[in-house]
Amino acid sequence: MTGNGETGVSEIKDSTEDFEEALARAQDDEYVLRLYVAGMSPKSMQAIANIKRICEEHLPGKYHLEIIDIYQYPIFAKDGQIVAAPTLVKELPPPLRKLIGSMENTERVLLGMDLKSRSDKK
Amino acid sequence: MIEEKSTALKEKSLKKAPTGIAGLDEITYGGLPEGRPILVCGSAGSGKTLLAMEFLVKGARNYGEPGVFVAFEETSEELTENFASLGFDLEDLEAGNRLIIDHIHIDKSEIEETGEYDLEGLFIRLGLAIDSIGARRVALDTLEVLFSGFQNETILRSELRRLFRWLKEKGVTAVVTGERGEASLTRYGLEEYVADCVILLDNRMEEQIATRRLRIVKYRGSKHGTNEYPFLIEEDGISVLPITSLSLEHEASAERISTGIKRLDTMLGDQGCYRGSTILISGTAGTGKTSFAARFCKAACKRGERCLYFAFEESPSQIIRNMRSIGIDLQPYIDSGMMQIDATRPVTYGMEMHLIDIRRSMETFGPDVVVVDPISNLSNAGTDNEVKQMLTRLIDHMKLRNVTVICTSLVDHDSAECVNAQGISSLMDTWIKLRFFESDSELNRGISVIKSRGMEHSNQIREYLLTDNGIEIQDVYLGPAGGLLMGSARAAMEAKELAEAAAQNKAVAQRKRELENKLKSLDAKITALDSEYDKEKEELKRLISEDKLRCEGLEDNKKEIASIRKADTSE
Repeated sequence: MTGNGETGVSEIKDSTEDFEEALARAQDDEYVLRLYVAGMSPKSMQAIANIKRICEEHLPGKYHLEIIDIYQYPIFAKDGQIVAAPTLVKELPPPLRKLIGSMENTERVLLGMDLKSRSDKK
Repeated sequence: MIEEKSTALKEKSLKKAPTGIAGLDEITYGGLPEGRPILVCGSAGSGKTLLAMEFLVKGARNYGEPGVFVAFEETSEELTENFASLGFDLEDLEAGNRLIIDHIHIDKSEIEETGEYDLEGLFIRLGLAIDSIGARRVALDTLEVLFSGFQNETILRSELRRLFRWLKEKGVTAVVTGERGEASLTRYGLEEYVADCVILLDNRMEEQIATRRLRIVKYRGSKHGTNEYPFLIEEDGISVLPITSLSLEHEASAERISTGIKRLDTMLGDQGCYRGSTILISGTAGTGKTSFAARFCKAACKRGERCLYFAFEESPSQIIRNMRSIGIDLQPYIDSGMMQIDATRPVTYGMEMHLIDIRRSMETFGPDVVVVDPISNLSNAGTDNEVKQMLTRLIDHMKLRNVTVICTSLVDHDSAECVNAQGISSLMDTWIKLRFFESDSELNRGISVIKSRGMEHSNQIREYLLTDNGIEIQDVYLGPAGGLLMGSARAAMEAKELAEAAAQNKAVAQRKRELENKLKSLDAKITALDSEYDKEKEELKRLISEDKLRCEGLEDNKKEIASIRKADTSE
């Protein structure tokens, strides 16, 4: 099952290793994020742009973002338990969260990333 | 021309993917529609996951069609463990690239919806799994978990529509399970996406007993059985019981075997019953049904046949003790392993478990004769209709193995409608009815053969006794009104007949003597007459000779007188 696209996988492996390193190195307040998108659809582009903007605004220098195209690496969809696309997985800090959609609702993104508590909303 | 057209049509008609599930292929006339989605809905614990998994496993094992199982509720490890008990080695199938189990974990608490999305992740994972092993079958168990994980139903519904279209394009046969809703078939209305085939599973409680049922709600483009079919979850998977499609193709043996009671054999056309036939012994409490069955067992063991006795009322030791009291000793056969008694309470578990148990015992013991005592007690383990269907199944199973089956049936009354125990009499080849007859403030037992297929049989009601020497069928005595005399009345009649016979003998002797005497006296008379006759004859002779002498004397005298007178003679 993992045999497909050998070169592609090895190529991504480096960045994944980097990512794992980042995971290990992560400071308490550092955010480790993975964004799974399905090809370069408008929804995907929107999600990428939105999450980058939000991170730069709220977590400057304190985040690590990886973008994975599940069309190219379908095995990651399985490993990451991805159902919806786009999905942003907040690996760190705990708890694990999955933010799905085009990230256009900044409020909800911040809620999902625990950058804003639900009581603030009120 | 017509033939060509019909074959062309046949080729065009729906192709089917056989499920390999016992009975299901029969009621669907070949299986599920190939390349189409199939909805299997039912309440919790009705066997949806099992049906879906069995479809894949049988497909992979028997039909060379690899499968993908997408589990939304259980992990792959849990499924592997759960199905190991049914003999499905999922790990082995996975290792052989014939099955993929993909667990899709959806946890609402960790999901935040931030805008437009689709379920491309699901499609990609499914596509990857299907393509990696060339799967022809897919199971999605259960898709409705998506509804609890995602809030945006509009997106979800359009994605589901896309999913089913996509599955059809992929050409895979997809079994989709769904939870039963209150008003609709499924809680989230999955049936509106699956138009081709819908199967409904049901696990109903009736009289505190769970019954599983299966119904094909619709099957577009194919005929299908429309009834509700009970099904079992057996040790090797689902088994649907389409009672109407059970085959009747077993070989019928012409060999006759004794019932162990000589006079009963005589009642059954002089030779006893057929091997491999089914015998029903019905009767009210205390008529001796078990005794008849035990006698049969003993006779069978003596012939060197193996007997398996399923007791639902008494413990093995109780049966042995009671039978010994009427001179039927089963212990030696049990010791030698020719006979085995399996005793269980019918209410211990449901009908299906009993059947599985019986079949398992039969598999290991390999009997020639099976006794089910009493079959009527099994009705405590299910509803009447269910019991009948299960029994049909069981009896069919036994007949195929040429096993002679004796079922006893307890009936409440002597009335005709109650003897039709569980309506199973139609399954029985021979029906022996035992009943009590009340007369002269006595209860006496009578036996009659109600039917016996394929042989002449006695139409008489016979009295029988349970004695120290077993079961004894008595001579027939008819009363003055033509009724059967039983018990003391029969004994009295026997005595009376003896007396009458003695009296008759005496009378005959008397008459004989009289006649002899008369003959003797006639003889004497004849002798007397004879001597009288002789006497008379003698007399006559003497008279004639005297007369002659007298005439001669007269002539001489005349001549003398003439010579004296010197007269000339007249001539």
